[in-house]
Order: sequence, then structure tokens, then C-alpha cells
Amino acid sequence: MLSRTADHVYWLGRYAERAENLARTLDVQYRLSLLPQQLHADGIGWRGMLNTLGLAAAYADRHDALEPHRVIDFIAFDRDNPSSILNCLRTARENARAVRGTISSEMWETFNATWLEARANAPSRFTARNVAEFVDWVKYRAHLARGVVLGSMLRDEGYHFMQIGTFLERADGVVRLLQTRLACEPAGTDGGPVAHDYYPWSVLLRALSAFEIFRRVSRDSVTPGNVLGFAVFRRDVPRSVYRSAALVYENLQAVANAQSAETERRAGLLHASLRFGTIESIPPAGIDAYLNGILATTADLSERIGRDFLGHSPAG
Amino acid sequence: MDRTRPAYDEMYAEDARVRPHYAAYSDWLVRQPDDALRQKRAEADSLFHRVGITFAVYGEQEGNERLIPFDIVPRILSASEWRTLAAGLEQRVRALNAFIADIYHGQDILRAGLLAPEQIFCNPQYRPEMQDMDVPGGIYAHIAGIDVVRAGHGEFYVLEDNLRVPSGVSYMLEDRKMMMRLFPELFSLNRVAPVEHYPDRLFENLSSVAPAGVADPVVVVLTPGANNSAYFEHAFLAQQMGVELVEGQDLFVREGFVYMRTTRGPQRVDVIYRRIDDDFLDPLVFRPDSVLGVPGLMSAYREGRVTVANAMGTGIADDKSIYPYVPEMIRFYLGEAPLLANVPTRVLRRPDDLAYTLAHLDELVVKEVHGSGGYGMLVGPTASEAEREDFRLRILASPEKYIAQPTLALSTCPTFVEQGVAPRHIDLRPFVLSGREVNIVPGGLTRVALRAGSLVVNSSQGGGTKDTWVLED
Repeated sequence: MLSRTADHVYWLGRYAERAENLARTLDVQYRLSLLPQQLHADGIGWRGMLNTLGLAAAYADRHDALEPHRVIDFIAFDRDNPSSILNCLRTARENARAVRGTISSEMWETFNATWLEARANAPSRFTARNVAEFVDWVKYRAHLARGVVLGSMLRDEGYHFMQIGTFLERADGVVRLLQTRLACEPAGTDGGPVAHDYYPWSVLLRALSAFEIFRRVSRDSVTPGNVLGFAVFRRDVPRSVYRSAALVYENLQAVANAQSAETERRAGLLHASLRFGTIESIPPAGIDAYLNGILATTADLSERIGRDFLGHSPAG
Repeated sequence: MDRTRPAYDEMYAEDARVRPHYAAYSDWLVRQPDDALRQKRAEADSLFHRVGITFAVYGEQEGNERLIPFDIVPRILSASEWRTLAAGLEQRVRALNAFIADIYHGQDILRAGLLAPEQIFCNPQYRPEMQDMDVPGGIYAHIAGIDVVRAGHGEFYVLEDNLRVPSGVSYMLEDRKMMMRLFPELFSLNRVAPVEHYPDRLFENLSSVAPAGVADPVVVVLTPGANNSAYFEHAFLAQQMGVELVEGQDLFVREGFVYMRTTRGPQRVDVIYRRIDDDFLDPLVFRPDSVLGVPGLMSAYREGRVTVANAMGTGIADDKSIYPYVPEMIRFYLGEAPLLANVPTRVLRRPDDLAYTLAHLDELVVKEVHGSGGYGMLVGPTASEAEREDFRLRILASPEKYIAQPTLALSTCPTFVEQGVAPRHIDLRPFVLSGREVNIVPGGLTRVALRAGSLVVNSSQGGGTKDTWVLED
């Protein structure tokens, strides 16, 4: 497959997934901000989200005050914020358009229609005021796109590169979502069950479409430690970090070429560390560093994949 | 060609009776309420948007893609009309290919005195790089789009030969798909010749002109990129043929062969269906500032290691200054009488044609020989006095740059516009494939001038398209 084509499908996968992850992150933060006891912590929550998304500086350039509806607008709809959900949908669509001759027509039409509908409805139907509706719509379109990919895309290299992009982005997005939540935890939590943990961490589980799964597979109560262990290390949870890393590794093996051995090794290393890791083996104070380590690995893998397969020149 | 007589109408004869080949359609049409048609048209628009059948508009940011308006009333040709037309098209394209081969080899036509040497050698469309080079099968214009109009009592005239990178065939295919979706019942009422196999024919045609000795050629479509106005068509054709859609940056030349960069390393390319103009194909030979092309492509091409379709230098045969001589070419190369007429054309490098034209500017259409897309053109009868004066000065400054033709009353076809169904002027672009044999998919792209009375069908100037039906006997 053409390197440029592989590059476009890879980024198609990444941006489509990023839009969904952003929507899920926004959803958690928005729901938490509705809690009465969270009112005093509201500013912390929104700021924490901007920080973990790496958008704090960009937001500060645009707005003086940290106001929830402005943050929502910035993350969801701002056309000048290249990382807004709206722009992710547009970029996904641009990448799909660049390879519309290679992906299935149904895929192209789905990504095109998503963008056209988002553009037509923001800011009339979709606004910061009813962000919940927008989040549901983004998730719905993501489910639809996933189905179209599964049901219509040839299982060739293009499919593997799209999967690699999707799951690298998902690992990255889920880690950031966990960090957003952790940033709001009062210092010195020991991980024991505390009543006020229940709501915020169950919201997070719901954002991962995993609340019922957690209930079903785990006898544990909803505590930060239990949810972290579940979201990071479980193989059978669709949005877990481990599952994402496993799929990156699997798809990378399917496209291996003469120069990709080192990249494959590093993806394998990440996969193994999550396969054999446990939340108990990480001291509570070390969690953030551990999660940052995963982010550094996904960034490294992305750069190496660009160099090995997609025709990017080496950085630096 | 008297413009006082009303234009020939495709559906209605002069006594207002429906022509026989339109009878089944007309019976159906009169039973459709306007509201139902309006709803079908809205459905077509929304489908075209969703499917992204658009053309990009330069210089606009967000939403810089527009639809070409689609008209839901088909243009219908009878089987016998099509037979006449197809035979004429095949003959014409054979002669044009023979002409290009001759120009780049022995130049018999110049020695015979049919054309003056300066008409070739002073023409920017002549490519000295192509001189004495052999191309597979002697074919230069593998894909030709011949613009045909009907005037007078319905006679066909060739208005223009497009032999460089003719576009529009994707609309021919998508318009048919749309009609079958919107009005499936019409296709059981009428025996419409299929067009859907065009991409297969195109692929066979391109494969048939691969470099000698290549058994299973790798064919690619070369596009300038997603910002090009015809990008949809490039992607569409690549997809329908099942070949890679490449940009210049995806190709490179090494040791005389052309390769594309893939995730598994370089892969040989044998046939390039290019949708980039000559000037941009190879910065080492043509425009050095081009980033769209492939450095070294021309030398690989000259060595016969890759086939470029259409060949470079075909513009010498579709230039408006050469057009008036095509009927002569048919006689000269094929020894046959032309089956399709040219529009009578005055060549302003000839003094008496010049004098006549200047005296009749208000009746004639004057065209710049190197213009295209309806630009650089004076439509005498509708132009203002000032525009005519401006053109008079431009013609006098360099008469060899212009030709003049009578204002043709292009035929009209019923078209669904705001006020309901009304006649609008149309043309036709059939696509002629030349390889080991000549192939023409029945019909082509019908373009329609949507403004009442307008004769300009170009999509850049408010034209739309129609599905084109050729009925089977």
C-alpha cells in the first residue's frame, strides 16, 4: 500500500478516536460539575481537564477566565482550536477524503456525513448548553463509523494501519481521562472505599462504557484504585489501556516490514508490561508517573511508525 | 444554422409532437406532479452531498466543495442517432491519433501543405520532447472527450476535441446511478443502454498500452491532489478500477524505472493515467517549479519504461487553431469522408476571414485559440457594445490568436427548473477510449445551461448535468 495512503488511514483512525475520547472526557467533567458537592471544586475539574488534554495554554490564549461554558465551547466547537471535537471530525473527514478511493464508499460517506452534520448543527442545535446531546451524538456517530469499518473495510494493510491509529489514540485518550480524574482527587487518598468516591469514579466508568462491565466482572467496590486497575489492566474491557496496547501490537505485527523490528519490540514491551502489571504493584504516589510513562511510549511509537511505514522523515 | 428559427428540441418535433424515442418517458413525465419532482430533486441534492460528489472551488476555505447541479430529466438519444454519432466519433479520434503520431514523426501533413509549419512549431502545445519517440500502439489520446452539439434540424456538430485530460466521466456514471435510484420504474419502461462498465473498459484500455513485455501491468491514477477541482473524479476512477491513486510525491524514478513508495518499499509502476497537465508532469523537463510531478518521468517515458496516458503533447491536436483542419485530417489519414461535421469556423489568420469577422462581430462567437472552460470568448449577439469593441482591438492586435464561429442555436432539452419543466440548451461529451481497439460507452455526459436562453454549459459558469440515455433497439 502507498505510504501516503497508510498515513491518511492511520490519522483517520486517530482523529476519529480522538473526537470520541474528547467527547467522553467532556462528558465526565460535565456530569461531575453538576454535583452539588463538587461546586467548590469545579474550577479544579475544568482546569485539570485542560491540563491533561494539553490545552491549558491554548485556552488561556483565547479566554481570560475559566468558565465552564467557555471551556466546553473551546473543547467541543471552537473552530480556532485545532484539537476541538469539531476540528477532529473535520480532520478525520479530510483524511478519509484523501483516500476515498481506497477505503470503502460506505466509510467515506459515514465520515463525510458526520462532518457535514456537525458543521450544520454547531452552533445551532449543538451548543455548550446542551453538550450532553452533542456528546451522545458524537458517540453515536463513532459507533456507526466503527460498524461501517468492521463491516465494509478490506482486511489489508489499510485496515491494520487504521487499527493501529485507533488504538494508539485510545490508549492515549483513556490515560488522559484517568489523569483528569486523578487530578481532582484530594491528596493522601489511600485507595480505601470512601463514599464520595463512588459518584465521580462511576461516572468515569460510564464514560468508558464500562459501568455495567465493572459491576459484572468485579466484586470490588467503586474506589479509585479498583477503577484504575480495571481501566488499565483488564484485557477484556473494550476501552482498557491494556486491550488498546494489545491491539496496537497485534496489528503492528501484521504489517511488519524490513525496518520495523525495533518499533515492534517497543510495542511488545508496552503490551507485556500491561499484560503482567497490577495496580497493587504501583504505589499510590507513583500512579501519575506510571501513566505518564505510558503516554511517552505511545508518543514514541507514533513517531517510529511514521518513520518505518508512513514515509515521514526522522524527527530532529 | 439560422438563429431566427427556434432551436431544435430533443423531445418535441416542430409540430409539438413528442419524438418517438421520447414517447415512453413523456407519458410518464406528464403524470408526475411538480411537487413529486421537486422532492426527488431535493433527494438527489442531499445524496450527492453525502456521497461527496463535488468539485472543489479554489480560494474558498471551509466548505470549498460544491455540487454540480443535477437535472432529473434525462437526455435521450435513439439507437440510430447514437450509431451515427458513435461511428463519427470513432473515425474522428482515429484521425486525431494518426495526426499526433504524424506530427511527432514524419510530418507528412506538413509536406502535403495542409497545414503551415508555423502552425505547429510556433504552437506552445507542440512538445519537441515527443519528437521521434514511439509510444505503445501509436496511440496518444487514449481517453478523448469530444464535445458535440446539435443545431439546425438536429444535425450533430463537433464543437471541440478534448485530448489532454478530459474530465466529467464520473458524472456520467454517478448521474446514471442517481437516476436508477430516484426513478427505478423508468428503467423498466425504457431499454437504456448501460454505462456502468466504463471503468472496466478504461482499465482494459490502459492495460493494453502497457510497455512491451509487461504481462500484468501496474496501473495508477496520478492526481494533483485533494484540492484539485476534479479530485472526486480521480479518486472515483482509481477506486472503480481498483488501482492506486497517487500524487507526484508518491512516485520516483530510479535507474530509468518509475516506482511508487509503499509501506513495503518501492513498487514498479507501468502505466500512469495522469490527470495533471503536461506542464507539471516533470520539473526536469517542463515547469521547474512544479511540485505536482515526478522528476525524471519524461526520461523513463522516452525509454519506453512507462506509459503515460494521455501521452504528452496531445494538445497539438485539440488546440482551437488546429480544430478547423480536423475534417481534412480525416480525408488525409483515413481516406474517408468525415461522418461528423465541424462547426463552420473562420480562422482569423486568414485575411478574408478576419475582414468578415470584424464586420459581423454581433453575430459571431469569437474564441481565443488557447482558451478553455468558456473563458476568453466573445458571444457577439449577447455581448455589450463595449465588450465587442474591446474584442475588436484584441483581435486586431493578434488575429492569429482567434477563431470565429456562427452562434449556434444549441438544441434544447426539457429540464426541471424553478418554474417547472422548461427547455434549456444542452451539449454532449461522449468519452472515446483508444487502445488496442476503440471503445465508446453509449452516451456520455450531457451538460445543460440552467439559465433560460443561456448557451454556456460549463460547470464553472452555472451549467448542470443530465443523465444521458441511449435507447437500445
